[in-house]
Amino acid sequence: MYGGGNTFEVIKADDVAQEDPILLAVFEARIARGEKIEPTDWMPQLYRKQLIRMIEQHGHSEIIGALPEGTWITRAPGFKRKMALMAKVQDEVGHAQLLYSAAETLGKSREQMIDDLITGKSKYSNIFNYPTFTWADCCFISWLVDAGAIVNQLANAKGSYGPYCRALDRICAEESFHLKYGHHCVIYLASGTQKQRDMFQAALNRWWPPMMHFFGPSDKISVHTEMLMKWKVKMGSNDDMRNQFLDMYVPKIWELGFVIPDPNLKKNEETGRWDYTEPDWEEFKRVINGGGPCNKERLEVRRIAEERGKWVREALKTPKAKYVMPLA
Amino acid sequence: MADDQLIIGHRNSEWTGFGPLLEEDIAFSSMAQDKIGHSLALYTILHELGESDPDTVAFTRNANQFHNSIFTELANQEYDFSLIRHFLYDTAEALRFELLTNSTCEPLAQVARKVRGELRYHTLHAKTWMKQLGSATEESVSRLQKSLEQAMPYALGMFEESPYEKEIMEAGIFEGEQKLKELWMAKVEETISQTSLHLPDWKIVQPINGGRIGKHTEHLQPLLDEMSEVFRIDPGAEW
Repeated sequence: MYGGGNTFEVIKADDVAQEDPILLAVFEARIARGEKIEPTDWMPQLYRKQLIRMIEQHGHSEIIGALPEGTWITRAPGFKRKMALMAKVQDEVGHAQLLYSAAETLGKSREQMIDDLITGKSKYSNIFNYPTFTWADCCFISWLVDAGAIVNQLANAKGSYGPYCRALDRICAEESFHLKYGHHCVIYLASGTQKQRDMFQAALNRWWPPMMHFFGPSDKISVHTEMLMKWKVKMGSNDDMRNQFLDMYVPKIWELGFVIPDPNLKKNEETGRWDYTEPDWEEFKRVINGGGPCNKERLEVRRIAEERGKWVREALKTPKAKYVMPLA
Repeated sequence: MADDQLIIGHRNSEWTGFGPLLEEDIAFSSMAQDKIGHSLALYTILHELGESDPDTVAFTRNANQFHNSIFTELANQEYDFSLIRHFLYDTAEALRFELLTNSTCEPLAQVARKVRGELRYHTLHAKTWMKQLGSATEESVSRLQKSLEQAMPYALGMFEESPYEKEIMEAGIFEGEQKLKELWMAKVEETISQTSLHLPDWKIVQPINGGRIGKHTEHLQPLLDEMSEVFRIDPGAEW
């Protein structure tokens, strides 16, 4: 689950000045024709750098995203939910594996990426810095955070880098099941007892602001990314993605009888886009820079897991087994 | 058997997000799903025989009403203990379900034939890792050795006979815990002999029993409280 283009670096005018103009022109022409760029093809340094950054952030979002939902696996109510949630969170970890592999094709190792995650050098989706207090919070993530991720990932799957696009195709197919599962959970809460309805309404109140943040800062204040759009690294503006999400899911939330905690939220018939209260971008910045309720805990859990597993990884690098059976 | 699979599945699922490497995270999570699925299949047989529905049976009983072996309820601890338990437990389960394919209880035999295929992957996974880590670095060998010694008395508790052992055997439902234990010992020895580990002396190790008659350690009740936390908010509700 990944929210998208919110932490691109500012691109300076001379970032591509050192590149061979002929190779650059060929590269850009290929992308304009809709061709995919493969790992052994020539690419500008900036393209490589920004892709690593983006795919890595996506991979981190998957493993960190497994934590707030994973904590509900052992508490899921009943066999049906327990088995589905286990499979869902397992998928997310599997996505991290796919994405790290895609990023590795650009020259950065998985170990280095995980180190950068733990030291805070590289980011992950901001929304996972918020806690899941109840089962309904977990259902909110499964349905709506995954829905937001799909909006973003479907767009990115049409991007220019072959390995990332192929990983995204597989990821989106799985995410669509997550979405169905999450929606199913929420329908049961909506049509259940008053207690269940109240649980989800409270979750919606808690999660709506981070959900609006999920797609990144408003286009009015975000870093200019025209070149990344031209290179099909970034496939849509943050506001477009947010609008698309609202178009698809606000009616569904209303249909279930829940109240979205934004009195200004309405479809503007003139522009065809959604009006809403501008999200608090200062809060967004504060959380992404480490000031959210769970930033420390999430990274600490990851750090401890890495530390506790170190001896296993070391042992794998030192195989002395006389005979190891093939896995299948 | 259903309680065994449910509780070990629950423990396996606790590795989700915390594995020593992504691939292991995914593998433990995958096995957890299988185990919980096996427990559901077995509770469903019980339901057909007149017990309450699987959710009620799994999510509303207290520790003293559970019949899982104590081995399955122990905390995961470090990966070395989890791996050793996975190896010892699944080696036994694979053999147990193999024997049950010949059970006179036809629904059980049917489930066993299906489960057997899945458990083959679990034991393949366990053996692969035992062979890799059981003869790799000094640290990996000493960690596994220590966990093996810690686990063995509890592992032998898997073969604690139920109060109806005799009737079960006479009716041809199952060939008995004693036979299973002997088969298991041979399989365990076979794998361990291919590593730098050594088994404790079978004659000295005393099994830690009690699970089959509802006597558990302090680990089980908190696990069950956690498992039923949401379910108990509104037991009449559909989730």
